[in-house]
Amino acid sequence: MEKRVTFNGWLLPFCLIFPQILISAVFFFYPAGQAVWQSLFIPDPFGLSTQFVGLENFEYLLSDKFYRASFATTALFSTLVTVVSMVPALFLAVLADRLIKGASTYRTLLIWPYAVAPAIAGVLWLFMFNTRVGVVSWYLGQLGYDWNHVLNETEAMGLVVVSSAWGRISYNFLFFFAALQAVPRSVIEAAAIDGARFWRRFFTIVLPLLSPTTFFLLVVNIVYAFFETFGVIHTITAGGPQQATTILVYKVFKDGFVGQDLGSSAAQSVILLVVVGTLTVLQFKFVEKKVHY
Amino acid sequence: MSGVSNVKPLKGDPAPGMVEKKGSSLWLTHVLMLIGIFFVFFPIWLAFVASTVTQEAIVTPPMPLMPGDHFFENYKRALFSGVNIPVTTMLINSLIMALGIAFGKIVISLLSAFAIVYFRFPGKSLFFWIIFITLMLPVEVRIVPTYEVVAGFGMLNSYSGLIFPLIASATATFLFRQFFMTIPDELAEAARVDGARPMRFFIDIVVPMSRTNIAALFVILFIYGWNQYLWPLLITTEPDMNTIVMGIKQMFPSGDDTADWPVIMATSILAMIPPVIVVVSMQKLFISGLVDSEK
Repeated sequence: MEKRVTFNGWLLPFCLIFPQILISAVFFFYPAGQAVWQSLFIPDPFGLSTQFVGLENFEYLLSDKFYRASFATTALFSTLVTVVSMVPALFLAVLADRLIKGASTYRTLLIWPYAVAPAIAGVLWLFMFNTRVGVVSWYLGQLGYDWNHVLNETEAMGLVVVSSAWGRISYNFLFFFAALQAVPRSVIEAAAIDGARFWRRFFTIVLPLLSPTTFFLLVVNIVYAFFETFGVIHTITAGGPQQATTILVYKVFKDGFVGQDLGSSAAQSVILLVVVGTLTVLQFKFVEKKVHY
Repeated sequence: MSGVSNVKPLKGDPAPGMVEKKGSSLWLTHVLMLIGIFFVFFPIWLAFVASTVTQEAIVTPPMPLMPGDHFFENYKRALFSGVNIPVTTMLINSLIMALGIAFGKIVISLLSAFAIVYFRFPGKSLFFWIIFITLMLPVEVRIVPTYEVVAGFGMLNSYSGLIFPLIASATATFLFRQFFMTIPDELAEAARVDGARPMRFFIDIVVPMSRTNIAALFVILFIYGWNQYLWPLLITTEPDMNTIVMGIKQMFPSGDDTADWPVIMATSILAMIPPVIVVVSMQKLFISGLVDSEK
């Protein structure tokens, strides 16, 4: 797309665009290039020199059972976060859509958690399930269930999933609610006149009409679960117990900063880069399709 | 008159213009909605309660579910002494970081989007792609090398180190470009006929016309900046540069000691107040901005 009317000159536009190009180059392209470059080397044990190893870092990673386990953990984690944040959000949006009075009050209350940082959400949920002082874990104990996410891998995963999904419910709710409001009333009424009950109308008419929003939210929530949940994992489990909640982003951090294994960390960054790239392309493809539709 | 008013709706028929928004099902909807809101709100409520009671009340479970009377005491302790550093300092750091990211990103994006839309110059499409590729990568992915760059510039423990790497992304540029494309060409034409220079046109016409978009972006970017965790965690090694969101984790004792829960929970509440105020007070702008920017 081009504007019909444009201004002349090259110095001014160059000056205007320069700050962004400079910042992108210094803090984006150079580091991304470094990541690719470092992924091809292994530093010696003393960090004095590095040796070119080609794709060995990648080969090593892909055969490393911890890395593969982390991939599986990430897949499970992001699937669960996506489902746990989308299903209740859709349910609440359907409820809000049925209400004329009060819908906006409910909406105001429901967007609160969106503003809460993932790391803070982690602290709040940790407090509820803390093995010593947590209210929820105490009541579970009264019911005879011994909650201990510090030792139990399944419970740890469950806790980080719910904490990560919690704030996302607000976000997904807003999108579902907006999409539901856009469903033409005439279509719903026509189906109602034909005798379709609420749930039948929902599954045969409303849900298919929501599919663009649903697909969009799927991609966005997966990206969220991959990258923005670091704060939750770091505050609640720090990747444990064992490796049970070490998702890929957490492993990049742990190997790079705690373990100081730069070659491996860089190779992991490159793999993540490919993953985000794919997801982004998917998202853009979808946006384009929707524009034509 | 008679024809219409004589037709009584059959029992169970939908009211005109709405489908099944009545009676028991409406009541049930409200109840379910309130249950949903209860679950969504409970963690925040519990944090608030914990911030108003004593440590003893918390460490002897079950803790109370209604607020106590130590509100002022706990918040005063958090704000002015904290655990490692007074929370006031962390709040100021967070505010500077969030405002810096929001303003910085909006300014550089307005300028570069203006250059891309309103000028033809050599290398334009190259620059365009350079900027738009950055849409793809969150800072988490290139974390180690970006850290090295910032350390190399000596920007650890500084506001510029906190802010600059996070404004290197094209989302805002992309949005402004989309918006500028919808500004009628006649305006630029008229400005040119009147002899206005490009920057005059930019300041007098383009920026005022974009103010809704600017405000919506400001809300989103402020929250994005405020809620950052990993980056400040790496960049700020000195406690007096900690931001509040990452500083909370530092308040937990490392060993087996019991955490100072009332102060930590008061800090959590303080950490969520600014973004919640921004979101709730600018709700309309924020929702339209969110839906536009992400779609």
